[in-house]
Amino acid sequence: MPNENRISRRGLFMKLGVLFNGLVATALAVPIVRFLLSSVTLGHAGAYLTWVSLGRVNEFPEGETRLATFRNPYVMPTDGQTVDTACWVRRIEGDQFQVFAINCAHLGCPVRWFPQSGLFMCPCHGGAYYRDGSRASGPPERGLFEYSHKIENGLITIQAGELPTPGPSAAITGKNPPCA
Amino acid sequence: MRIISQIGEWFDRRLQLAAPIREVAEHPVPRNTASWWYVFGSAALTVFILQLVTGILLALIYVPSASEAWSSLQALNHDVTLGWFIRAMHGWGSNFMVALVLIHMVQVFLFGAYKFPRELTWIVGVFLLLMTLGMAFSGQVLRFDQDAYWGLGIGASIASRVPFAGPAIVKLMLGGPIIAGATLSRFFALHVFVIPGMLIGFVCLHVLMVLKLGINEWPMPGRVVKRATYLSEYHELTKKDGAPFVPYAIWKDMFFAAFILIAVAACALYFGPFGPTGRPDPTIIQTVPKPDYFFLWLYALLSLLPPSMETPALLIGPVVAIVGLLLLPFFSGEGEKSWRRRPIAVLTVMLIAITLGTFTHLAGFTPWSPHMNAWSSDPVPERFLNGTTALQRQGALVFQAKQCRNCHSLGELGGQRGPALDSVAVRLTHDQLIRQVIQGGGNMPAYGKNLSPPETTALVAFLETLHPEGQAPAREAAHDIVLRETGTRP
Repeated sequence: MPNENRISRRGLFMKLGVLFNGLVATALAVPIVRFLLSSVTLGHAGAYLTWVSLGRVNEFPEGETRLATFRNPYVMPTDGQTVDTACWVRRIEGDQFQVFAINCAHLGCPVRWFPQSGLFMCPCHGGAYYRDGSRASGPPERGLFEYSHKIENGLITIQAGELPTPGPSAAITGKNPPCA
Repeated sequence: MRIISQIGEWFDRRLQLAAPIREVAEHPVPRNTASWWYVFGSAALTVFILQLVTGILLALIYVPSASEAWSSLQALNHDVTLGWFIRAMHGWGSNFMVALVLIHMVQVFLFGAYKFPRELTWIVGVFLLLMTLGMAFSGQVLRFDQDAYWGLGIGASIASRVPFAGPAIVKLMLGGPIIAGATLSRFFALHVFVIPGMLIGFVCLHVLMVLKLGINEWPMPGRVVKRATYLSEYHELTKKDGAPFVPYAIWKDMFFAAFILIAVAACALYFGPFGPTGRPDPTIIQTVPKPDYFFLWLYALLSLLPPSMETPALLIGPVVAIVGLLLLPFFSGEGEKSWRRRPIAVLTVMLIAITLGTFTHLAGFTPWSPHMNAWSSDPVPERFLNGTTALQRQGALVFQAKQCRNCHSLGELGGQRGPALDSVAVRLTHDQLIRQVIQGGGNMPAYGKNLSPPETTALVAFLETLHPEGQAPAREAAHDIVLRETGTRP
């Protein structure tokens, strides 16, 4: 007579079967999750950020703000034109530069520079910034995103590669231009 | 005929589906539910099937690659026979589906159909609404143009504000560091495989529950839902005053569904497909991105919220709304069903509808955005310049050249970000005008660094002429006293 507390042979096999499937599923989950999160882990490793040249320093007249474009350093074969990125380069004087992301610090729309009034204006929700990137009015809570930059061999280069967003991001300096 | 029925029997002996299908079709429904108010759910399902068909047709041509998607959409619009019509049907079908799901939800809410025992039907319905909106947003991304590109940027900016996990969520959403090929591919996977698969599953569950629990009876004021007695009361009702669903009620569903399909086709024929707008080239910055119709209210809300409220509203608002909808049947699972006895329910629907309608209307003309070209395209109306001095005319030039016009209108032309200046001189005195121009304030940038003293003098001289005829400009009372006592202007 089988004891009710005893596990039957078939019951045991079923439990083992569940356990076996669980183990296989866990083992398979590792590569699946790693594949899914690869863009996040690469970002954490800082693999996306590189120094990119925007051109010769002489191409940017002193006291003016000009649009510059660069190719995002991290490229996939199907990216097409989306890796072409724009930014605003302000040459204050000599080797003093400020390089602003094109993306509004509110929700990322492309800001436009108006030299006559010395303002960057955003077409989406009406954000405006002064020539030094500090917030002038509208919904943004901070100034424009600024790329780290350096001048080497007469070239102005910026550290770029990630889409600047209002949350913390490695691509942009944490520096928030002072409010005017 | 005999052969047909023999073939039918051959299949049914193996499938054994005829009896259950007949049972479902002929199940009794309360007679008064055979109403035109009960047709929205089936119409939403019909449009969903239309979306599946047109979506598969589009996938025959569309290429989900950032470098080719835009060109493949152009090919659909211009080269492939009737490609434009299928795109238009899919685009308009999407608008109709969102609208029908919302109308269905409002009807279910006002008729108390979410109450016992249909709580889970409502909850599944809430998920169906979220998936429909997810399809709408991901569909807009697949129309890979400038609006899609910058719309993704807005989505990423919102996601980045999540505390701690923000940057990781952005990279997960974009599939890389920027909006590019991987982003489009993952939205393609979401739009074509993941969300539709879930939608099909949830729609089946939703319909299954409608069949198992019965269609909500027409709500009568005073007929109160009680958990203990409802089921037997409903059973009694369908027995006493019921009619078979087919054909008694279904003909209205069929007529309405056909009417909706004709309406989608008519819109597609008349208005044509949506976009694509300009190429998704991020170096083209002369663009004014705008979301599709059903997200315009959000676009307006993001412009009008005070900056400090925005992140909490964006992150907490949707959670509160969704949890509220999910918990609704648990908080009011019993009681009155009739909207005649539920004034707060009616007022809530009206409040939400008016709020969303107002925001959507505002987003149509975006009064919060500067008009980027107003300074060079909207001239100062002649009547503001008649009889002015040289200095005042110089001021009008400064007004245009410094882009004041981008935010301030004159003669109803120009931006609406700031107040219209047609009668600004009545509101602000000479000193106040100078202060406002130099220091800004009240959401206006300070122009002190960008205006020379002569420019400021000229600009203020022009602004002082802006008052209606016969209405004197504002002046400070102290000026008059000082003038009287000293004979000089302070």
